[in-house]
This record gives sequence, structure tokens and C-alpha cells, in this order.
Amino acid sequence: MLEAQPLKTRLNLNDDEFISNKKSMLGKLDEIDELLDEAEAGGGPRHHERLAARGKLPVRERIFNFLDPDSPFLEISPLAGYKSDYPVGGGCVAGIGVSAGVECIIFANDPTVLAGAMQAFSVKKWMRAMQIARDCRIPFVQFVESAGGDLRPRGNRSSVALNVGHFAESGRQFYEITELSKLGIPTVTITFGSSTAGGAYQPGMSDYNIFVKEQSQVFLGGPPLVKMATGEESDAESLGGAKMHAEKSGLADYFAEDEMDAIRIGREVMSHLDWSKEGNSPDSIYEEPINDQEDLLGIVNPSLKRPFDVREVISRIADGSRFEEFKPLFGPTIICGFMKIHGHTVGVLGNNGSLFPDSSQKAAHFIQLCNQISIPLVFLQNITGFNIGKEFEQNGSIKKGAQMLNAVSNSQVPHLTVILGNSYGAGTYAMSGREFGNAFTFLWPTAKIAVMGGEQIAGVMSMVRRAKAMRDGLPFDEKEDARIVEGQKISHDKGSEALIATSAISDDGIIDPRDTRTVLGICLSVVNNKEVKGSDGFGVFRL
Amino acid sequence: MIIKKLLIANRGEIASRVISSAQDMGISCVAIYTEDDANSPYVKEADEAYKLEGSYLDAKEIISIATYSGSHAIHPGYGFLSENAGFANSVKKAGIIWIGPSGNVIKKMGDKITSKKLAEKAGVPTLPMTSDAKDAKKIGYPILVKASAGGGGKGMRIVEDPKKLKESISAAEREAESGFGDKRVFLERYVEKSRHIEIQILGDSFGNVVHLGERECSIQRRHQKIVEESPSTVIDQELRDKIGSAAVQLASALKYESAGTVEFLFDDKTKEFFFLEVNTRLQVEHPVTEEVTGLDLVKEQIKIAQGNELEFVQDDVELIGSSIEVRLYAEDPANEFLPVTGDIIAFDPCDNPSVRWDVGIEKGTVVSSNFDPMLGKVISYAETREEAAQKLALALERSHFGGMRTNRDYLISILRSEDFLKGKTTTDFVERVSLNTEIDLSESEIFDHAVAVAMWNQAKNRENAGVLSNIQSGWHNARLPYQKVDLIFGDDVIEVKYKSKRGGDFCLSDDASVRIYEFDDESIDIEIDGKRIISKITYHEGKFLIQTIKGDLLFEMKERFESSSINEIAGGLTAPMPGKVVDVPVKKNESVKSGQTLVILEAMKMEHKVTAPSDGNVKEVLIAVGDQVESGSTLVILED
Repeated sequence: MLEAQPLKTRLNLNDDEFISNKKSMLGKLDEIDELLDEAEAGGGPRHHERLAARGKLPVRERIFNFLDPDSPFLEISPLAGYKSDYPVGGGCVAGIGVSAGVECIIFANDPTVLAGAMQAFSVKKWMRAMQIARDCRIPFVQFVESAGGDLRPRGNRSSVALNVGHFAESGRQFYEITELSKLGIPTVTITFGSSTAGGAYQPGMSDYNIFVKEQSQVFLGGPPLVKMATGEESDAESLGGAKMHAEKSGLADYFAEDEMDAIRIGREVMSHLDWSKEGNSPDSIYEEPINDQEDLLGIVNPSLKRPFDVREVISRIADGSRFEEFKPLFGPTIICGFMKIHGHTVGVLGNNGSLFPDSSQKAAHFIQLCNQISIPLVFLQNITGFNIGKEFEQNGSIKKGAQMLNAVSNSQVPHLTVILGNSYGAGTYAMSGREFGNAFTFLWPTAKIAVMGGEQIAGVMSMVRRAKAMRDGLPFDEKEDARIVEGQKISHDKGSEALIATSAISDDGIIDPRDTRTVLGICLSVVNNKEVKGSDGFGVFRL
Repeated sequence: MIIKKLLIANRGEIASRVISSAQDMGISCVAIYTEDDANSPYVKEADEAYKLEGSYLDAKEIISIATYSGSHAIHPGYGFLSENAGFANSVKKAGIIWIGPSGNVIKKMGDKITSKKLAEKAGVPTLPMTSDAKDAKKIGYPILVKASAGGGGKGMRIVEDPKKLKESISAAEREAESGFGDKRVFLERYVEKSRHIEIQILGDSFGNVVHLGERECSIQRRHQKIVEESPSTVIDQELRDKIGSAAVQLASALKYESAGTVEFLFDDKTKEFFFLEVNTRLQVEHPVTEEVTGLDLVKEQIKIAQGNELEFVQDDVELIGSSIEVRLYAEDPANEFLPVTGDIIAFDPCDNPSVRWDVGIEKGTVVSSNFDPMLGKVISYAETREEAAQKLALALERSHFGGMRTNRDYLISILRSEDFLKGKTTTDFVERVSLNTEIDLSESEIFDHAVAVAMWNQAKNRENAGVLSNIQSGWHNARLPYQKVDLIFGDDVIEVKYKSKRGGDFCLSDDASVRIYEFDDESIDIEIDGKRIISKITYHEGKFLIQTIKGDLLFEMKERFESSSINEIAGGLTAPMPGKVVDVPVKKNESVKSGQTLVILEAMKMEHKVTAPSDGNVKEVLIAVGDQVESGSTLVILED
């Protein structure tokens, strides 16, 4: 327990704004809830019926049965592929759970979606899952049932952004599996169905393979391809059936009676790993926050124009609401301090305004302190960016901002980032955004991520057009410009919404604000599978 | 002579009972035990204990242990050697005090024909009887054919039709021969509406004999008593004096020393009573007499054996209040009261209302097929009979014990039944009064307790989790199926599906809301849609015993994963029940025909054959004669 005193709340629960904020947040959560139902439906009822008719389990039941009863499961990017050609979820499920007492990451194909064929979303989620395994040092588990790649010519059309690349650039996944193995991170694969061609290397590169009788089919080329290439007649079972691989090729290490039996064997494998965590153990007894986590729903104004005190969030996620604030009177637009979450000591940085030169300097100092004592950092983002203007530039806004970026970049303790509201421009990076190598990024439904606000970007573009018209000596249509500004503003704001970001798997998912403490608690436990060790040094600080 | 050390030549609850009284008198107690009883409570309650190489029937060994341990006396309890005249004589011969009547009296009373003749001589009314089938008409039908050396209903036949007499006699003779090694039978008048009334007597070495009133033990199943009480509803003081003095007359004639019981058949219609037999031992049901007289019969037995004179006379004896005893058996009342075996996974008698528990079990006791399946006796005492019955029923309902099928629910049904409460307790009670043999709970009440078990189990799962144990139970941020627990309850499987909600409450698949107020290793306190359930709970090897307001429910957790048959040894033949291997008529590599006997098991005193399901070769014999096998263990492996 920290000696720090509990934070007192200043929230007024009867305030009109709080009530309307909460209402708006619940509305967004309802929308997300519906999308989660969509994700569960996968390829739809018809495909689920077909699966059931073949005595096979839906992907979430496979996962559920693999997990310890009553243990938690943190699904990663459940809404991947939102508004794409693919069903919400991206045709696969990834998540962190506990099996036979071992924290692990599971990546599982959803056989109801295009028979598990891989496409841009599933590949990106798969890569993310392996990255989590590597960063957190937790076993990597795959539930494979995949028709291969989505070869349909128009298949990936709407996902172009995710899919610019050439075949020569693909295949990194297989490299990653074996890398994990070399790092001492076991890779365990249950092959529930077919896994062909490139996909055959999913089990092929794994440390442990469990095949299901008369279900698993693993070959480089299926009977039609073999016939085309060599003229040889073959049947799928003798070419790549589970029994063949168990008895002859030796690709299968365990031969399972059925799906449940395969899951049972998978749990046996997990239990023999005798996994021990290299990080710190949390306090076994700790206090719950004094302030009600339910109130987190009413803190953020959906327009994101009204500031809120990030300490209201801290007091609802910290053990006992205890918070030891560092330099409270200096650079007050960033809040730094120490707290515990589920018994883990962490440093927390939260925004109470844009980054001023002083705030950046304070953050750089604080990040170094946490590295010195090797404790993870939690970033609570509500950042419109670095403050701009003559005065700030002259005060060394860039220089001091660079100090903070240096500290964030070279910090080696795990960073857990939650984007509560705004996440704009360089502020996104300074507050340890995804591309600054954090361990996890979660979004509140109110999050907005972009280079700048819609209003600003539309305004800037309008100024550019006006300048061009003046240069060219052309008349400037104010009415038309206003229409463009409004349209740009709307489309930009829409594009920066949490759902769009999460669709592209540029984060680990949108969470219910009331789950923030739980999600961070799980992540803190998971990152401690690896030794938590602060950085020995940083880049040159421009002082 | 003062007894300083006493050997108890018995086991179980009666050994515990004797030890308790003897120790209270400052007498050091010696227990004897066999392998099966190594962990029985009485062994630990005694001051010293010795393991028998033989059995509880091994008179020689028991006497040598008594001598070796320096015991001054032997108390035989009931059953085993308690009514073995030879044993009583040998004990005396070894210079050890025998707590019980003399070998001579035991011998005389042990023979039903002799004892009846002696009773007649002492002027005690007896049932018309004969050992000659020709005299059947004189006795009058219906007639009861009885084994001369018998007891416990073996070798008994009721004959209503004179034409069937011959056949019944031969059947009874066969049973008597196999049961007691003595084929002699006799015939007597059969009383249709009868009660079993018995008189407790005490006689000392000074020739004083008193009776301690009656016990009624009419409620019997399989000719064994299950409910006993004192006083009887049909015996008033006048009748008590009459039957009592008849018993005293007989005992005096016998010069009876120690405690004994004179059993009578009571004709419910005519109020006549007929002598049946004398039991020359302490009876199982002695506690009800103790409760209403305030005496300790074991202490009285010991004092008499020491040569003390009785400290009271007949006029001092008064029956105050009412006492009822029920016998708890490991048996299945729904299946002809057949005995069952298993582990006692919990034993926690309730404190309120407080009643007397004379038991030989504790948590962890294994009830095997080697001994009588009686777990113990529960005895209540109150001012009135109704109160005693209600109190005993509630005590049974509110106690937390079990692990296998018992007759508890049936006993509760008896005690709560109109017939019992009105005293309509004739010997045909069990057949006549149709009562619930199952726990008196509705399906939804049973489901609620299954929910309580599921909640306890999940709390335990969270507590035992090595990682993330403090995270909300089953928390997930997207979609996962309901948590599911399948509980085997009798022949059914009850499925409980639940999800935790924000804030710690749970919701069931039917949307009912569940809140856990308290939880610990041994109990759970929950509320299901406003209904509170506060129960003790015991978990043992996949089984959950949970307390309800009407007794306990036993649920067994269905394994999450079925055992995989992929690695099972093909052709293995398994034991259908736990038992002892008595014969293995085949050898390894022998070829056998379908249906051929491979192994003979003995369980519950019944032989069971394991036969070949098809023609084949004996690949492996995994057991040998004398082995004790568990249900499901592989006995023989066959190959085609």
C-alpha cells in the first residue's frame, strides 16, 4: 500500500454536464455492444449452423474451453475490420487469457468467416498477437483453421490501406513464430481444420502441434494442386490428415479424438510449461478505489472541447484512490505521480491541457524516475498537442518537447496507454502512442486520434485555398469554401473517431471506461511475465 | 473388584459409546481394530489400541490382547461376540471380568425354543408354537415359520394358506442352514397388527432385578429396527407394570446379571403381549431408555460386573418425558433399503436443536462393505413425544453430513408423518405408510442450491488462481459463452450458466440475479433474486455436499473434458462395482468363449460374475484372488 493520501473527488454527479456526458457515453457503449454482437456472429448464422452440423465448436467456445474456468479474457482489437468488406472482428479472435494457470495470448481463426481465410485484418491481428507474446514474454497459442489466403480478386478492396504490398514482402509471420521459439516463448498450435500451403507453416513452425482426428488437414498442396503439378492422385486424409501426421510425418505431436480432446491436450501442454514469471509480483491484498468507477462515464464531454481533471480518472483506477503527485505546482498541464493498480506500483502521466515547455520537462524527469526504480508507466491521454505560439517557441517548446520524446522513446519499462479523449499530433507520440513502442494502447469510446482537430485542419486547408486564389488572382467563393470546410471537418472528425482507429488495429481495442482499472490490472500482470527493467541510459537530452 | 482397565471387543459407535462412559468412570479403555478401522474415531478415543490379525470374531486373539494389555474386563458391545456363550466362558476362564450375563444364561437364551420354554415356566405369556408341522392347526393361521437359531429376519416365512406350509418350511430350513448352520425351524402364531415392545432389565449379583420400562421398536425395514422410542404410545402405567413384572420374573428365574432386554410381541387389537426372546446384551436402542430414566446403562453394566449392588429399586424408576432414536444407515430407501458404500465427506451435526449423536463416524470415514452400514444413532429428548419427534426431524434436517446415500431423508419423512405423530406405529409401518424417501425439496429449490455450489466453486477458482486472481470473476471485454458448471445430481445433470456483472453480482442464463454475501472454505451465503441461501458446503474429490433446510444435497462436478478413449487399453474388462475378488477361473493366454466367467467378485455379500463379452484370448490378468477392487478398475484384458 502506498502512504499517499486518497484523492478527493470534485465531480458533481448532479451537474447537467456530467449527466449528459454519461448519457452520451452510454450511447456510444450501446453502439459498441451491438458491434461486439456482430463480431460474435462472425460469418453469420448459416455458417455457424454448418459448423455445428459438423460437430465443430465456434471459435469463442474453443477459446472459452481452453481458458481456466472463471478466469478473465482480454480480447485484443475485437472490432477490427469495422466498416470493411469483412465482418467485424476481421475473421479471427485474439486475446490474453489464462490456461492451466499460465497467462498466454491466443490467436484463433474464425472458421465461419471465409472458412478462416487470412486477409489484411487477420494478418495484422496475428502479427499484433505475436508482438504481445514477444513483448510480454507469454506463450503464443494458435487455433488454426484456415482455408489459406483470401485469393478473391476483389477481396481486399476496401482494405487497400492495410494491403499495399507485394507477395515478396509477406510471410513475416512464419519468421516471427520461430523467433518466439528461440526467445524461449513456447508456441502451441491446435489445428482444428485445414491449414494449407503457406498456412501449413503455422503448425509447421510451432513447438507443439495438436491435431484433431479426421479434422486437421495440413499440406503444402491439396489434392487438386498435387494433381495439377505432378499428376499424382491423392486424397486429403492420406495427404495431410491428422492420423497421417501423427503416425507418419511426425508433424502432429498429439493426436486428439475430437475438438474438446484437443483443447484438453492443449491445456495439458500449458500446464507442463511450468511457467514462471520473471517480473514483479503484485501485493496480494490491496484496496479498491474509494471513488466510484461508474462515474468514469460522465467525465469526458463528447465534444472534447471541455477540459476535465485527469485526477478524477486517476482517483477511480488507483488502489485506494491513493495518488502521490510529483511536482504538482510545476508544469500543471501534465499530471505526474505514483499509484498502484491491483497491487502493482506504477508511474502515471495524464494530461490536464496541452503540453507546455515546463510540462514536457517535468514529464521527462518523471519518466527517468520510473526507469530508475523499474516500474511500468501508465499514460492517460487527453492531448491536443504541444502548445504553439511565439511565446512557447521562444521558451524552447521543441527543445523541451524533444526531452520528453527522448525520455518516452528510450524508456524501457512497459508503457500502458489509454486514450481518454484527444490524441492529436506530436502529443500522441509524446504520450507514448502505439508507434512509440508501448506495450498496450486502449481507447475510451470518446477517443479521437488525428494529426490535428477537424476544425483546425479544415481551417488550414481553407486558408491555403484562399492564398492560392489570391496568388492566381481568382475570385474566392466564400459560400463554396464554407461548404468544403464543413464537409472536411465532418469527414475528418469521423475519420479520427475511436471506431475507425480500432478497425485498423492501430490500437488494442476500445474499452468501457469502467473497465479501465481491470484492463490495466490484467496488462500489468501480463507485462510482468518479463523482467521489468528500467533503461540504463537515454539519448542525449537537449538541455 | 474395581475395573481399572477395560477392553472393548467391538468397533464403531458402540465402542465409542462404551469408551465414553467407562472413561467418565476413570476406567482406561483398550480398543481393538482391523485394517478397515485403522482410522475410525473409536480407536483414537480409546486410551490404547491394538490391531487384530484376525477379525472381531476372533475370541482367542481378543482375549490374548486383553491379557497382554492388562485389561481387567471385556465389554462385548452388541453383535460380534456379545451373545457368544463360549466367549463369555473363555473370558472368565482367563481371569477377566465379563461385562454381561453368564455364559450359561447366554446359552439358554440364545436358543429360541429353550428360552420360550423357560419363559412359559416363569409364567410369561408366549405365542402358541410348535416345532412339529402336524400341530399347525392347533396354533392357527396365519403362521410364522422361524429359524430356531435365527435372528434378523433370516429364515422367516409367513404362511396364510395351509397348503403352502410344507414348501415354506423347507425354504426356511434352507435359509436357516446357510445363514446359521442350523436348519431347525419352528412355527408360531403370526400377529397381524403388532408392535415390537421390549423391556429393559437390570439384574445384579445380589439377585436384585429391576425393569426400566419399555421401548417401542415397531418401525422396521428388512426386519431391522430404524426408529425406537420410550415410552410407547400404547403402554400405560398399568400395562407397563404388567409386562415389566413378567420380564422381571423371567430374569429373576434366570438369575440374570447385567443389562438385558426381554422382547415382546404386542397385539395392537387385543393389547395382549407375547414373549419373543431375551437379548443378553446392551441393545442398539438403549439410549432412549437412558434419556427417559436418567440412567447410564453402560455404567450400570460396569458397576454390576464389579460386583456392586444396584443403587435403586423398582419404585425409584420413573419414565419422564419422551425420547426417540433413529438409526442412520448408509443405504438407499428407494432401492429396497440396500446398503451402499462410500466416504463420509462431511460430518457436522447441528447445534440447534441439540440432540444426542451416538455415532462411530467422522469426516473422512470410509463406509465399506465389510461392516454393518449403520452410521450411528440420533436421539432426541423432550417433554412430549411430538416435541421429541419434531426436534429430531429438525436436527436431522439442519445437520450437515453425508457423501453417500443415507436413509436420513426417509427418517425425516417418518418423524414428520401424521401416522408417526399419531402413534400409528405398528410393525407394518414401512409397508403401510407410503413416505417420501427423497429430500423434500422442489426442483427449483434444488436448482438454487446447484447455483450456490456453482458460486462457491467459482469463488474457490478465483481464490486458487495463481495469476489474475483478483480480477472480476470471468471478466471479458468482448463476447464469450456463459461460464458453465454441470452438476450431476442423482441420475440428472443440472447445468448452471452464469456471468459476472460489473460490481460483483452474477446473472444466470435465465436472467436471475445472484449476489454473494459471504464465502469461505466451508460455507456460502448468497441471494438469488431475493431468496437467501446460507449453507454449509463441503468439497471432496469432485463432490459437493451442500446443506439445505431439509438436509444435504450431494452434487458431483461433471468433468469439463471427457476422458479420452484414444489411449485406453483395448479389451479391458472392468469391475462393475467395488468388491473383493473371490475367484479368477482363467489364466493368462487362455482362450475363452463369449459369456465365460473370467472373474467372480463379492460385493455386499453377493457374488457377481464378470464374463467375456466375446470369444478371445486372455492377454493379461491384472488381479488375484483376495484383491479388493474399486468400481471401474480393470480386471482382465482380452484380445480377439
